[in-house]
Amino acid sequence: MNLLLFLPELVLILMILFFFFGSLGSKKKLASDKSAVAFSLLAIFAALISLNARGELFSGFYRIDLYSQTFKVLILSAFFLVLVLTKGIKSIKNEIAPEYLMFLAISTFGLICLTSAAELVTIILCLEISSFSLYIAIPFRSDRTTKKHYEAGLKYILFGAVSTAVTLFGMSYIFGLCHTTILKELFAVLPSVLSESPAGLIGFVLMLTGFFFKLALFPMHFWTPDIYEGSANETAAYIATLPKIAGLALIIRFVAVSGAQSGDIILILTVLAALSMTLGNLSALVQEDIKRLVAYSTIAHAGYIMVGILNAGSDGFSSSIYYIVGYVLMSIALFFVIYNLSENGENLTLDSLKGLSKRSPFLAFTLALAAFGMAGIPPTVGFTTKFLVFTSALSKGYYAIVIIGVINAGISAFYYLKLVRAAYTMGDDTEEQFAIGFKKAAFAVLINIGILVTGVYPEPIISRAVEAVKYIFI
Amino acid sequence: MEQFLIFDNVSYPVLSMLVFTPILGAIGLFFINSQYMMKIWGLFITLLTAVISIPLYTNFDSTTAKYQFAEVYRWFPTINLNYSVGIDGISILLVILTTFVMPLCILCSWNYIDKRIREFLFAILIMESAMIGVFISLNTVLFYIFWEAMLIPMYLLIAVWGGPRKDYASIKFFLYTLIASVFLLVAIIALYINTGTFFIPELMGRNFSFSFQIWVFLACALAFAVKIPMFPLHTWLPAAHVEAPTAGSVILASVLLKMGGYGFIRFCLPITPLATEACVPYLIALSLASIIFGGYLALGQNDIKKLIAYSSVGHMGFVTLGIFVLNSAGIKGAMLQMINHGITTGALFICIGIIYERTHSRDIKVNSALGMFMPVYVTFLGIFSLSSLAFPGTNSFVGEFLVLLGAFSKSKLVGAIAIPGAVLAAAYMLRLLQKMVWADSDGHKHGDGSERGLFDLDLREKLTLAFLTVFVFWIGLNPEPLLNIMDESINHLLIQYNDGISQAVESSEGLHHALRAFKGFIAG
Repeated sequence: MNLLLFLPELVLILMILFFFFGSLGSKKKLASDKSAVAFSLLAIFAALISLNARGELFSGFYRIDLYSQTFKVLILSAFFLVLVLTKGIKSIKNEIAPEYLMFLAISTFGLICLTSAAELVTIILCLEISSFSLYIAIPFRSDRTTKKHYEAGLKYILFGAVSTAVTLFGMSYIFGLCHTTILKELFAVLPSVLSESPAGLIGFVLMLTGFFFKLALFPMHFWTPDIYEGSANETAAYIATLPKIAGLALIIRFVAVSGAQSGDIILILTVLAALSMTLGNLSALVQEDIKRLVAYSTIAHAGYIMVGILNAGSDGFSSSIYYIVGYVLMSIALFFVIYNLSENGENLTLDSLKGLSKRSPFLAFTLALAAFGMAGIPPTVGFTTKFLVFTSALSKGYYAIVIIGVINAGISAFYYLKLVRAAYTMGDDTEEQFAIGFKKAAFAVLINIGILVTGVYPEPIISRAVEAVKYIFI
Repeated sequence: MEQFLIFDNVSYPVLSMLVFTPILGAIGLFFINSQYMMKIWGLFITLLTAVISIPLYTNFDSTTAKYQFAEVYRWFPTINLNYSVGIDGISILLVILTTFVMPLCILCSWNYIDKRIREFLFAILIMESAMIGVFISLNTVLFYIFWEAMLIPMYLLIAVWGGPRKDYASIKFFLYTLIASVFLLVAIIALYINTGTFFIPELMGRNFSFSFQIWVFLACALAFAVKIPMFPLHTWLPAAHVEAPTAGSVILASVLLKMGGYGFIRFCLPITPLATEACVPYLIALSLASIIFGGYLALGQNDIKKLIAYSSVGHMGFVTLGIFVLNSAGIKGAMLQMINHGITTGALFICIGIIYERTHSRDIKVNSALGMFMPVYVTFLGIFSLSSLAFPGTNSFVGEFLVLLGAFSKSKLVGAIAIPGAVLAAAYMLRLLQKMVWADSDGHKHGDGSERGLFDLDLREKLTLAFLTVFVFWIGLNPEPLLNIMDESINHLLIQYNDGISQAVESSEGLHHALRAFKGFIAG
């Protein structure tokens, strides 16, 4: 077996073991957030080294190609950013920090395996690895004032179990009709099955439903606000970014496998995208808790990502991948503000943003850039991503969904603006200054530059995404 | 693509320099610590930009309708998107207007802005880049990026440095403009899907089907009508004007509103001529409504800024009227009216800023009898007020005259309805002038009874206003150079427009002919 094929996974396994043993002893200094950052950096390098590796493992159940490796780089980069962002992990008790980091690493391991999984049962396995560790990590929160994290953990388990069950149910239909679980073989038969048999269509949609759970797309969106609100800011930053990338990788793979010319599938996805955008944006309008607001906005963004997928060609898929990159950058910026502003890891409301521009102009600017970006105002990446997904959808003649999309962009501007308004126009001058360390500031400056540069110069990302998606059409 | 462009007016990329100088200047602000030096730096950058823009005028070739000073760079080849900029006779004046107004914006907020100067100048400079970018873009996406990028600094200018109702005004401004312009984005994408290009000159004269044109036209026109703003979409403007700081009001009045008119001329007329032709009656009706309602509402205001804001609605009504009468005089008049409005209304907002710094009120009553204390100020105020009501000899007269000429040659009724608008302008401006200069001259004390520092203009203020006064009379007495510059481009535009319509007529006649022959064949 070529070691190169499994290098990123191997680094993460090492990381998991490291934190496992680190959590056993009484001295837990070594298994700290710093070593987690180092490991994640190492994992990115490993993924970059194996970027051009091609091959199959475990008798074809595990596929390594440019598509999977690109997604691994994305997921691991996001992991790195989340770890740097939440350095100090202040809302988790110190003595369980190694365990917490271990669970995050396990979850990341599951997610990167998911991008390579090329067989239905393997997919379920990876999905469960990533979910189970999160079930445990969500209730980790030292905030004594609330018990919401227990509720969130329980809800995540229940919803996660249900979604897995639905996926398995759908897979059983697919298996029954296609007599195989290997994606490569499904690719040959699935398009005809989907167009001929209604049961195949139902099974396929049910199977996708489980993946929608990861992406927080309607109708599997309802967990998002409660889990975001209940979990620690660190965990929320993680859930808001990494699982979304892996979920997207899976959905793209399956839409491609389905032949995608199937009108019914596209129609269903269109409706889901429209509902997701509209419901997410309308619900976000009335939120006070910032993490809840972000959660609903995530649901809307999942809808936009879906708009790119509707194209079902390499244009559309690559624009969706670009969208998720931009989305992760903006989410990181937003959570940077949330994490640093909440001193003891408590939840923030719109009120706590008041006067932020006076207390900390820098945080206020980061917040404004992220919010304007998410609303899709140029020259941020939020605009270019929306522009590209809309272009790809319009090129197939889906005018209705694009019109719904731009109307939603208008609606969403209102609540993103609420964040900026709170920071810039409210509050009085007398509030005390809020200092932020040099390292953190440098990190945020880099993220801000990233939001702008990837927005005005999308070519490198798009061309790589186009290269990567070539591999899904096997 | 090259057949539309001229690259060699000057040997250096002057347009890109215009866009990027303010951005670099804005970044440079973060390396300066003293507030005074920041202001000097901001002034220096805007002046530098103005100087860079001078060769545009001197090296401009007014004998051609091609886009000059052009630059094309690869940007995003995957979707055939280039960075392409260039100016023609329509955009050059607006670019120069922008670069010349911006130093005044910094000068007029020299003392008024006392908090967060770095951020203020940052927003102003980014704003300048975006505004120049809108006028020089030859690419729909680039245009849209600059168009929307203006929202953020303008929002912040109103929201941070604005008056008491800044929250309401800024959000209203933001949402109105954003929601109207997202449809522009759909139109841009639809044009791209249909033609495979984002390059504006290549989109013109394409002879699209009527139904496609009408959708594209409506999407574009909504964005431009909100920006300009046209009745009944004008309600954001008074709110934004009243609450914005002086510099923000000046930018809004002088440059931002022009983008709507520019968009109509650049997008709607040449790209969707058939749809424009179909909508002309409604657009003229709305323009007339803007003129009359704007003037009528201005008549009833007690807040000076609100009065000027509503007068802007009326003036911009003349601009859209000029555009949509669709003859040479009308469009030239509209262009000139845009430039004049930029000069005159910008100056009036600076005047209001000056008096607000002294009395801290924008109420006409509080600011009366200024003639006794501020003779130089009221002289300037008088000049700009007369210019605003299009007094012969001032700049606005030429523009409004040309628009009315165009309107009368289009239809006597349209011209006749527009005339009362001009009369209303005289009524509200003279009323304002009378009250501010002479009313209550006997015994009126300002505010609390003390004379509280009603000192006359200082050198900075005099220079700012004197600079604009030059243009009031220069354009008023000698509009020939400006008209010459835009002449060729506007003729070309009208040819394009008429071609678009006649082609469609021909093809539909051909179709009818074929149908008749076909029916004859069946019957025979």
